[in-house]
Amino acid sequence: MDRMEEDIVLLEPLKRTGKGFYLAIWILFSLMVWAFYAWTYQLRHGLGVTGLNRPIFWGFYITNFVFFIGISHAGTLISAILRIFKAEWRRPFTRAAEAVTVFSLPFGVGSLMIDMGRPDRFLNVIKHPQIQSPIIWDVCCVSTYLLSSCIYFYLALIPDIALCRDNLPHASRPRQMLYRILALGWKGTERQRERLEKIIGGMSIFLALLVVTVHTVVSWVFGMTVQPGWHTTIIGPYFLVGAIFSGVATVAIVMAILRKVLHLEVYLRKAHFDNIGVFLLCLTLLWFYFTFAEYITTIYGGEPSHMRVLLSKFSGDFAILFWLMFLFCFVIPLVLLGNRRTRTISGIVVASIFINIGMWLERFTIIIPSLARPRLPYEPGTYFPTWVEGSITVGCFAAFIFLFMLFTKFFPIISIWEMRESREKTLAEVGERIRSYLPQGAEGRSGTT
Amino acid sequence: MVIDLDKCTGCQACVVACKAENNIPFSTPQEASYGREISWMEVLPLLEGEYPNLRARYLPRPCLQCEKPPCTRVCPVRATYLNEEGLVAQIYPRCIGCRYCTTACPYTVKYFNWKTPKWPEEMEGSLNPDVSVRPKGVVEKCTFCHHRLQKAKEVAAEEKRTLREGDYVPACVQSCPAKAMFFGDLNDPQTEVSRLSKDPRAFRLLEELGTEPKVYYLSEGEWHGIQHG
Repeated sequence: MDRMEEDIVLLEPLKRTGKGFYLAIWILFSLMVWAFYAWTYQLRHGLGVTGLNRPIFWGFYITNFVFFIGISHAGTLISAILRIFKAEWRRPFTRAAEAVTVFSLPFGVGSLMIDMGRPDRFLNVIKHPQIQSPIIWDVCCVSTYLLSSCIYFYLALIPDIALCRDNLPHASRPRQMLYRILALGWKGTERQRERLEKIIGGMSIFLALLVVTVHTVVSWVFGMTVQPGWHTTIIGPYFLVGAIFSGVATVAIVMAILRKVLHLEVYLRKAHFDNIGVFLLCLTLLWFYFTFAEYITTIYGGEPSHMRVLLSKFSGDFAILFWLMFLFCFVIPLVLLGNRRTRTISGIVVASIFINIGMWLERFTIIIPSLARPRLPYEPGTYFPTWVEGSITVGCFAAFIFLFMLFTKFFPIISIWEMRESREKTLAEVGERIRSYLPQGAEGRSGTT
Repeated sequence: MVIDLDKCTGCQACVVACKAENNIPFSTPQEASYGREISWMEVLPLLEGEYPNLRARYLPRPCLQCEKPPCTRVCPVRATYLNEEGLVAQIYPRCIGCRYCTTACPYTVKYFNWKTPKWPEEMEGSLNPDVSVRPKGVVEKCTFCHHRLQKAKEVAAEEKRTLREGDYVPACVQSCPAKAMFFGDLNDPQTEVSRLSKDPRAFRLLEELGTEPKVYYLSEGEWHGIQHG
C-alpha cells in the first residue's frame, strides 16, 4: 500500500467544497457583519448602550474575554503537553487543537478592547504602563501567548504547506504562490526535520509553562482586588482548571464535527475520543474539587460580605445560572462520561457542549455576583445585557468558527507529516521505549526513554 | 474630612452643591434606576433594627480619599493616583475606560461616563469654569474640590504664607446647613478635624481592609449596618 497516497486524501477538502460550506460561511459572515454594526453603534453612543451600570461595571465582554482565553488553552495543552509526554494518540488532532488556540485568542483580546470605554486610547497601555496593575500583566502574558502560539502553529504547519505546494497542481496561481512563500523552501531533508523537531520541542516546553502563567494572570485581574468572591488564593488554579476543561471540551466538539463533515473516520477513531472522554471525566472531577473547596471555605468562614455574594449565587438573583452551571459542568458530564455505555462519540460531544455552556456560566457567575453585592451593602446591582452585548458575543463566536472553517479550506486540518512520522518512525520507537522499561532490556540502553 | 452622622439630617444639600460645583451632568429617574447616575457625593439611607424599633439614618459618602487606595494600585495607565496632597486624583485625558478602578474600589465611589454628558441649554452657560467637563468613556470621582485648593494655594502664595485652616473647604462642607461636616488638615494636630478624628465617636468605613480612608465619621454608640447591611 502506498502510504504517501493514503494521507494525500487529507488534501481533498482543499480541492472540493460543498454547498453546505458556503451556506455556513454566509450565515457566519452575516452574523459577523451584524456584530460589527452593533460594535460601531456602541462606539458612537458609548457604553451606555450596554446593560452595564454601577456597581456592575463588567459584564458579557469580560466574561467572553475569560472564556475565549480559556478555550484557547486547549491547543497548547493538547499539542504541547501531550507532545512533551510523548502521548502518541495526540497526532491526528494536534493541528485542530492549535487552530482552536490561534483562532480563539484574538477574540479574548478583542473582548477586552470592546469593553474599553476609550479604545482609541489603547496605546496608553504602552505609553504609560503602570507595572503593578494586573491588566498590564495580562497585556504582557496574553500578547506573548498569542505571538508564540501563532509561531508554534505555523512551524508545525510548514512541512504540510510544502506538501500542498507540491501536490496541488490545479490550485489557483495566487494560492500556489501563497504555499510557495509560506513553505519557506521546505524540502523535508533530514537536517530540516531535525531542526524543526528541535524548535517545536523547545517551544512546547515554553508554551506549556505559558499556559499556566496566562490563565493564572487572567484570574488575578479579579483575585488581586479585595472584593468578596474574587479575593481568594484558589482563583488562579481554579481558572486554570476551568480553562483546560472548556478547552479540551472544545477540541472534542471540533474533532467530532471535522470527523463527520470531512469524513475523517479513519483518522479520528473511537480510541481517540475515548481517551479524550476519560481526560474530560478527570477534569470534571477536578473542577468539582476546586469548586467544592472554594465554596466550603467561604461558607465555613461565614464572613458577612462574602456570604452576601455566596447567597446571591446559591439562592438569590444568580441561583438559576449558578445551579445550571453546576448541572452542566458537573452532573451531566459525570453521568455521560462516567458511564462506559454513554462515553461514545455523541455522548462526549453532548457532554462537551454542556461543559462549554457551563464554563461560560461559571465565568459569568464568578464575575458578576461579586460586583452586584459590593462591600458597602447599600447599593446592590442588577444586570441584564442589551442587544448590543448579545450581538457582539454571538459575532465573536461566529468569527471564531468562520476563521476555523476557512483554515480547513487552505491547509490540511490533520497534520500529515506528523501522521507519517508516526507510521515511519515512532511505531518502532515506541516498541523500543517499552522494551527499555522492562528488566531484560535495561542493559546497554540506559539513557533512552 | 469629618462627618458627624449624629448631626446629619439627610437634607442632601451636600449632594446638590457637589453636582453644581463639579459640573456633574443631569440624570433621569430611568437612568438612575439603571445605576447610571453620577453623584460624587451621595447620602445613603440606612435602616437600623426591626419594626417597631426602627431607626432611619443617613450616611453621606464622598470619595474617602484612602491613604492606601485599592483603586490606584490597579490602574494600568496611572490615570488615577495618590497625589502629593494625599488626594486620589484622576487624569481624564489618559483614562482608557477599562473600569478596573471602579470594580476594585470597595466603597464603589468611582463613576463612569456611560454617555457624553449633556446639560439643558439654559444650563450650558452656568457650568463651573474651574472644573473640566469629562468626555464619555472615562472614570471620574470626588476630588475634594481640588480646584478650590489650587485657588487657595495661589492666594496663599500671593500673600506669602502657608495654607491656613479654613482657607478652603469643598462645596459639600460649605453647604451643610446642619454643620455636620468638617474639613481641614488631618496631619496638623491643631485643626478641628484632627481633634475630631481622635474623638471616641470616630470611626472609618471598612477600616479592616487597611485602606486608611481620610474621611472620619462620628456616631454615638454602636454603628450598625456597615458590615451586615
